Amino acid sequence: MTPFAYSRAATPSEATGLGRDGASFIAGGTNLLDLMKLEIITPDRLVDISRLDLAAISETPEGGLRIGAMVRNSDLAADRKVCDSYPVLAEALLAGASAQLRNKATTGGNLLQRTRCYYFYDTAMPCNKRAPGSGCQAIGGATRLHAIFGASVHCIATHPSDMAVALRALDAEVEVEAPEGAIRRLPLSQFYVLPGDTPHIETVLAPGDLITAVILPPPQGGRQTYRKVRDRASYAFALVSVAGVVALKEGRIAHASLAFGGVAPQPWRNETVESMLHDRQPSAGLFAQAADALLADARPQKDNAFKISLLRRTLIAVLNELTDADQ
Amino acid sequence: MTSHIKMDERVERDRLAEMVQAVIGKPLDRPEGALKVSGAAPYAMDRLPANACHGVLVRATVSNGTLRDMDVDAVQALPGIRAIIADDRLLRNPAQGMAGEAPIQGPKDIAYFGQPIALVVAETFEQARHGAQALKLRFEADGTAIVAPDDPKADIETPEDEQDSTGDLDAAMQTARHTVDAHYTTPGHVSAAMEPHASIAEWNGDRLTLYGSYQMLRFNRAELADALGIEEKQVRILAPYVGGGFGSKLGIGPEAVAAALAAKALGVPVAVAMSRQQVFESVMRRSETDQHIRLAADEQGRLIGIGHEALVSNLPGEEFSEPVTQATPFLYQGDHRVIGHRIARVHRTCAGSVRAPGEAVGLTALEIALDELAAASGIDPVKLRLINIPQKDPSQDIPFSSHMLAEALEEGAKRFDWDRRRSEPGAVRDGEWLIGMGMASAARVNMLIESKARVTLNANGTGTVETDMTDIGTGTYTVLSQIAGEMLGLPMDSVETLLGDTAYPPASGSGGSFGAASNGTAVLLACEEIRQQLCERLDCDMQGLTLKDGHAIVGNRRIALPEILDGSRLVGEGHVEPGKAEETVRQATYGSYFAEVAVNAITGETRLRRMLGVFAAGRILNPKTARSQCLGGMTFGIGMALTEELIHDPRDGHIVNRDFAEYHLPVNADVPQIDVVLLDERDAWANPLQAKGIGELGICGAAASIVNAIYNATGIRIRDLPATLDKIIDGLQSRTD
Amino acid sequence: MTISVSMTVNGKTVSGDVEGRTLLVQFLREQLHLTGTHVGCDTSQCGACVVHVDGQSVKSCTILAAQANGTEVVTIEGLADGATLHPMQEAFREHHGLQCGFCTPGMLATGYDIVRRLPDADEARIRRELSGNICRCTGYHNIVKAIKAGAEKMSAA
Repeated sequence: MTPFAYSRAATPSEATGLGRDGASFIAGGTNLLDLMKLEIITPDRLVDISRLDLAAISETPEGGLRIGAMVRNSDLAADRKVCDSYPVLAEALLAGASAQLRNKATTGGNLLQRTRCYYFYDTAMPCNKRAPGSGCQAIGGATRLHAIFGASVHCIATHPSDMAVALRALDAEVEVEAPEGAIRRLPLSQFYVLPGDTPHIETVLAPGDLITAVILPPPQGGRQTYRKVRDRASYAFALVSVAGVVALKEGRIAHASLAFGGVAPQPWRNETVESMLHDRQPSAGLFAQAADALLADARPQKDNAFKISLLRRTLIAVLNELTDADQ
Repeated sequence: MTSHIKMDERVERDRLAEMVQAVIGKPLDRPEGALKVSGAAPYAMDRLPANACHGVLVRATVSNGTLRDMDVDAVQALPGIRAIIADDRLLRNPAQGMAGEAPIQGPKDIAYFGQPIALVVAETFEQARHGAQALKLRFEADGTAIVAPDDPKADIETPEDEQDSTGDLDAAMQTARHTVDAHYTTPGHVSAAMEPHASIAEWNGDRLTLYGSYQMLRFNRAELADALGIEEKQVRILAPYVGGGFGSKLGIGPEAVAAALAAKALGVPVAVAMSRQQVFESVMRRSETDQHIRLAADEQGRLIGIGHEALVSNLPGEEFSEPVTQATPFLYQGDHRVIGHRIARVHRTCAGSVRAPGEAVGLTALEIALDELAAASGIDPVKLRLINIPQKDPSQDIPFSSHMLAEALEEGAKRFDWDRRRSEPGAVRDGEWLIGMGMASAARVNMLIESKARVTLNANGTGTVETDMTDIGTGTYTVLSQIAGEMLGLPMDSVETLLGDTAYPPASGSGGSFGAASNGTAVLLACEEIRQQLCERLDCDMQGLTLKDGHAIVGNRRIALPEILDGSRLVGEGHVEPGKAEETVRQATYGSYFAEVAVNAITGETRLRRMLGVFAAGRILNPKTARSQCLGGMTFGIGMALTEELIHDPRDGHIVNRDFAEYHLPVNADVPQIDVVLLDERDAWANPLQAKGIGELGICGAAASIVNAIYNATGIRIRDLPATLDKIIDGLQSRTD
Repeated sequence: MTISVSMTVNGKTVSGDVEGRTLLVQFLREQLHLTGTHVGCDTSQCGACVVHVDGQSVKSCTILAAQANGTEVVTIEGLADGATLHPMQEAFREHHGLQCGFCTPGMLATGYDIVRRLPDADEARIRRELSGNICRCTGYHNIVKAIKAGAEKMSAA
């Protein structure tokens, strides 16, 4: 690690003030410290925000849920309201990392996890995300884990979070406090930015911007599931994952939201696919069409074409599960 | 006095069976268990002196070329930096097992990406780590480096003495009723011992003390002395507790030499612990293999020919190459045989021993091929193996020392309810999951290595065992105490075993599964020497002496040992050497594996449901530690079958998945109920203990049982390990869509 | 930048000066000489360094000493009651939930935490909960047995 100054912020406004100019916030630190050890990230100042009073989960006036940015993943996964009304989120949280990391990782920090691309993690390798303009060594390298959607010729990394995939399917919003105190709310769909020719820019956050909460809309009803496909039984990043929320009404799909992990630089969602399902009767043919539509945009690398058939099969299985009248 | 034996022939007497203390063969707890559960067992880095500096190794970031320059000044100006060591004596890679001399040295010539080329030393670990990362290096890279063994431009060696051919296999393949002719590949693996390689070096004048994490101290001492250009007697290595080895700590490593050089230069102790990424990049990997296997069988499934030709890789200049076909010459019958061994010289991390070099991957491929033959011939896989067990070692026409493969196969089949297996693939389904059963044989060559030990019967009637042997988790402390206790008639808590210090008599070291049997024999011999001295004091013959519970019983006399010793102590040394028995008989251990898997019909994910291993390895000195060894080996096999794979960048050969998040060791959830059955056996050709090695047997072929179960579950034949879902899903697609 | 930290470790108040970049595990091992907490990967993956911070099991290579300022830390050395092993330690010893012993302190810290949170966890749950602790020897099977036995001993105690 490069030397840095360390300070604890007592309030969000103190944090945002300290958080500019080469500083980095640290909450759980479960990803950040590993990146600092390898000097992939070299902040001059660490602003410890873990003790900010942002660890509450409360209901919103609209009947949704406000999750403080400092709520730990383990507490969020165990929250009664989350388990009852947003089970896809609890499932996704428990599918990620390990008990000890969930005990430290926070809601805000989880959204800001960096990619697990091998080449990002090795400072000897060119990487446009780590060292803008140096090139992408992943392209043409070992690409089994990389993106099939949303990548560019400058970066093919995926976003590793499970939690963010569930939040994307739940239409979550992110509450951000800027330096000088302005508070704004962003839908998660507008929070992340695709790599394009600036893969080092991953979100719309500006220096000093502090995530203070994640807000869930009122529960949609219907069935929810998070299905994560990975190389070992636990403790591995998703090869592909599907977060699904589907409500049926009189035998037709009244609502379907689907988000996908392990396949893109951000939690992936495709509204065309969802609208294809809307107001239709579940059927094998319909689900195959939906999968075709989703995968029409897929652009695999040398080693990861399997993700196309894997995602197709997993999506269809999730739709079957969520619309199966027998369950 | 030293009692010596050279194993030239069978041992006629089973001395342990003549003893009456009844601690040998018992499932006794580890004497060091309490220390380990309390965090009090000192591993190498736990010995950090207060005035020690920390060193962090710097790596090469090209695969082949020359180090031209490093910006030493900029790093030396950083806070806390004490030195940058770029001495010509730094090691290119660790020594191979039992080398006894330094490996290739010199940091200027780069042979692989990740090669240690310098050490940055600072007052604190973080200062040193930052200095190492900040050190700017300039390389002259050789852009033509070959980094993959299947590169058509790769330099391939075909050592003459490692090729063998008998009969006419080509003709046999033409005429045989059933044949298999296929290529099987296994990727590189790593030992991944949980304790990263670490050394603390401290000089006292011209004498060096090294606290290290090593498996074979007498060799390591010679290697370290040779690397530094000093005498062996100037070096003392201590490694009383070693956090796992599995081959990765057989030979002295770059961190030890770097620590010694830095400590000498600075005049203070220096500690060097490798990071996990460095362990991946600069410690031995198991070579990837490409194995061409041919099987020819008659109508009844009897093998008439076997071909096993392997391509492995290593760095230029390394003598070791993965002995893939080691068990093939003697495991099954067949008159027509071809053994082939080729080595590609590539610029990848050095290849060396990883748990059970040879059989771990070689038998795995052979046992998948056997399963293919079973499927092709319609013969039950267990029966196919039973009918092909030879009466003698067919490659040398010599008898087996002991051989319980048939019993292991039969016992395993019975216990696993093998007869409930449906022979047609894809016949059993449980919801989304396709269920299948598979099996494989286990075999591993047995070795004896020269070893010495000293045993003292103290005046108070307790025993002390001293040897530079190591306990790398295997249970050496336990079994040596048991042997001494049995031979001297002492309860376990009256025996203390001291290990891991080159000040003690030189042992075999831990490796090749030979440690317990080799060094245990030395302990037994040392105890025989003490028994002889007791006989002299008691004026009786060896036959007439019984030792039990701290007493000697001679005729109708029962005398407490302290009374006999009368304030003195008795010291015995034991020394065992291998002899002609190695050539007179074929010595090996055998076993069987049975596995049941579930393969997800949608995603192709494979999850192991249950697994059984049945093993015969001569006398089992302690069923608890032996069983733990087998469980560990089988779990390695689970990783080999399903998840473990070193991934190299196709352009520069560097290891891309160099941590535990991306190199997928099995985690707890991957490991279901595993059962181990140890068969009762004695092997009088092996050594006076009549015990054989068991530390590696459990991995040899284990992965094949799982891969064969995947075939039974799905009809999909995996020939390229590991069986990750991407290799299964396309097959599922054609079957279930 | 030097930071003064103070925390309770195994029931005792300790303090020391650290660099901002000093990890908790280094503070425990080098300044407090509590070397039972091991570094197996330094990438928050293996679990050999698990300790309890304010009652939660965490990986001590993934927290700065400065972040732990003011907390209550329990390491493997704080589990036993004087010379008497904790029931979970006793269970690991008895059931051979250890081989080389390097992962053992972290396994124990996690095992203890699992039983405290989920006293009735079955084998499958224990295996999932242990996913952040890697053993290579590999005693997974016996570790699970030991945790189950430890759970029984803890509920009896």
